[in-house]
Amino acid sequence: MTDLATRPAAASVLRNTDWPSFIRRYGAAIVLALLVLFNIIFTDNFLDLRNILFVQLRQAAPTAIVALGMALVIATGGIDLSVGAVVALSGQVTAVFLLDGVPPLVALPIGILVGVAAGLFNGTLVSRFGIQPMIATLVLFTAGRGLAQVVTGGRIQTVNQPIVEFLGLGVIAGLPISVFSLIVITIAIVLVTRFTPAGTKLLAVGGNERAAGLVGIRTKRVKTMAYVVAGGLAGFVGLLELGRIQASDATNAGLNMELDAIAAVAVAGTTLAGGTFSPGRTIIGVLMLRLLQNTLVAHGIPREVAQIAQGLIIVAAIYLLRRSRDAR
Amino acid sequence: MTDTTPEGPLLEMRGVTKSFRGARALDDATMTVGRHQIRALIGQNGAGKSTLIKILTGVYRRDGGEVRLDGRPVDFRSTADAQKSGVVTIYQEVNLVPKLSVAENIFLGRFPRRRGLVDWATMRAGARDALATLSLDIDVTRPLGSYRVATQQMTAIARAVSLEARLLVLDEPTSSLAEREVETLFGVMRSLRDSGVSMVFVSHRMDELYEICEDVTVLRDGRTVAEESLASLNQYELVSKMLGRAAEQVASGARPAARPRQQAEPVLSVTNAASAPRLRDASIDVYAGQVQGVAGLLGSGRSELLRSVFGADPLDSGEIKVNGDRPSLRTPGEAIANRLAFLTEDRRAEGIVPHMSVRDNLTLALLPKLTRRGIVDRKRQRQIVTDYIARLGIKAQADQPIVELSGGNQQKVLLARWLATEPAVLLLDEPTRGIDVSAKAEILALVDKLAADGMGVLLVSSELEEVVSACDDVTVLRDGVSVARVSLDRLSEESLMAVMASGEAVPSSDVPQKDNADD
Repeated sequence: MTDLATRPAAASVLRNTDWPSFIRRYGAAIVLALLVLFNIIFTDNFLDLRNILFVQLRQAAPTAIVALGMALVIATGGIDLSVGAVVALSGQVTAVFLLDGVPPLVALPIGILVGVAAGLFNGTLVSRFGIQPMIATLVLFTAGRGLAQVVTGGRIQTVNQPIVEFLGLGVIAGLPISVFSLIVITIAIVLVTRFTPAGTKLLAVGGNERAAGLVGIRTKRVKTMAYVVAGGLAGFVGLLELGRIQASDATNAGLNMELDAIAAVAVAGTTLAGGTFSPGRTIIGVLMLRLLQNTLVAHGIPREVAQIAQGLIIVAAIYLLRRSRDAR
Repeated sequence: MTDTTPEGPLLEMRGVTKSFRGARALDDATMTVGRHQIRALIGQNGAGKSTLIKILTGVYRRDGGEVRLDGRPVDFRSTADAQKSGVVTIYQEVNLVPKLSVAENIFLGRFPRRRGLVDWATMRAGARDALATLSLDIDVTRPLGSYRVATQQMTAIARAVSLEARLLVLDEPTSSLAEREVETLFGVMRSLRDSGVSMVFVSHRMDELYEICEDVTVLRDGRTVAEESLASLNQYELVSKMLGRAAEQVASGARPAARPRQQAEPVLSVTNAASAPRLRDASIDVYAGQVQGVAGLLGSGRSELLRSVFGADPLDSGEIKVNGDRPSLRTPGEAIANRLAFLTEDRRAEGIVPHMSVRDNLTLALLPKLTRRGIVDRKRQRQIVTDYIARLGIKAQADQPIVELSGGNQQKVLLARWLATEPAVLLLDEPTRGIDVSAKAEILALVDKLAADGMGVLLVSSELEEVVSACDDVTVLRDGVSVARVSLDRLSEESLMAVMASGEAVPSSDVPQKDNADD
């Protein structure tokens, strides 16, 4: 009797779970966990704290910061293709100022301001002029990197200054600066979206812009702000990248970072249509894709093949997104 | 036309039934269209006109009944199928491709070919010929969308002509036309009829029916209640058949006493409001403690009136007073600050934020008031939400995504969203559209209570029954102009329908714009 009663119940729990939706939400975390497990067993010294903090996480942190900004923009139903170029531009502008002897206390904020200005430009094109986000941000995607090259005259110049060295190699509270910044920024974003009206407004605009307008939300301003924050974060990452390379490199700084960020948001299970935002899952998405690359390469698989694997993961994520019940 | 035995009617539809998910849309519908005939098809919203037309033209498949064309049974599986047999529909919103040229649209799906390539010359010539039969001479290479709606409609008819249509279904073709354009259309319809094309004409405007049609089919609740010659029915008899009441009832309003006005001055007063393109000159007063109705046909500017008052559409001219003041109401934000609230008619497109929780959806308009020093007061938010879920009997968990709720519960959440802002004036645009009967009754009861508690309510509904039972006073809009006011003692569905359709006041209603002295 009890057997008959309980067994169908267990079966129905399994049957009633919306599996595509479950995998969409937690798939990236599951894959990440499997990758970690695999590495613990098969990769030498993986669990070494130095490896985790100063190799794996430090590599992933800049992309993760950019991805958080991207997730904000995607939450409004937009996309920002320019962030990689903005990383380059901000780094180059800062480098040039530093090389000219401008004190770091001025030069570094200017780098961030460059990103904010770029975000304002993108946001204005999208919200005031109604240009499609992909086209609007394509402008700075190409022009931004071009501008960066003009600023540095196309040369790679080493920037040997203590502040740049600190950005690249410094440690705060036992953490690399990039990892420390990621933690601070994540906490800030979580606090703001949870405790101020900003988070609700963001999701309302992304979820139903017309409805948001009718309840008095200034939808244009909200959208612009998302691009501004994304730009500012990209500007900050430009500084981190300057520190990592210890040189101005307009060609390679932040290269493809926008694509890695979009991929991370997608595998995190966020609909690109807008209306959802999950900082935690976005970061897990970045870590998962990065560790996947590193694992494959560390085990002798050529980088090109590893990239194909990443592509397949993204396809799987998007397929699940379409299949799951609560996404449209 | 070349048939040697054109005897009997062209089209016979008998005992047609159709259900959608268990809901009966058609239940024994019948329509007969003779040769060389223009037949009117009328009925209230939801009577089944569209369903009947869609079955005729192959959009839907019928559940039961019989359709005969030229005496032969037919069962169209698609519109293309129907077109092959010469049955073509012209919709009120032209369903062609605006970006393609006029010629391409006329030959859409059957481009003339020469050696596998499109034969543009033949196509253009054919298009010109087809338009010439309607005495229309336009540049057929220009995109269709660059022409006025009337011309686009003519193009759609030209397409039908070139398809050798024998039965043309015109679904409210006049609703977006100017008067002169209507005359042109009627001219074309007459000459088509004389050349042997039969037509089914759907319109809510009684005067048009009498002008162009010989016979009428009246649908009510999915059944055909009359198939008669129009000459044998006057307007009131026709309306009473549509509504299912005796014609003598026309002037009798069966409503309880009006709610008293709680202030002498209106809480909201709109004078000569205009908002392009639909709203031209509308004036209306809303009193605290009363429900003011707005009635009018589709496209008469009902929703536009509410939208422009609320700042959702730009107001081109006119004056809006709230409690005697003239505040700036250019954005919804300003309107909300002046204690206006607006429930949209399109819940999905501009009401709910689908994947957001009931809680956040319900407090969306209240967000500024819930915020203290930049922080949202979540405790108060939870209280308010719990409160309204109980008060309106919303069947949902606070943290459930709103999209999972039924239409009626979604609507209650949206209503709660506005009630939580404690508005002085509530603008309701089709508040009961697409929700089930019991939720409908609950919402109307709530509206009644809100008015009794002193709120001013402005209610737009295309369901006359609802307008009549809920309102103290109704303003009728026609073509963007407020043409009549009907107060409670003369309020009935029949009187409203007559005013809406004819633009003339029924014998017993008072006409002009505003009267502050009344009652």
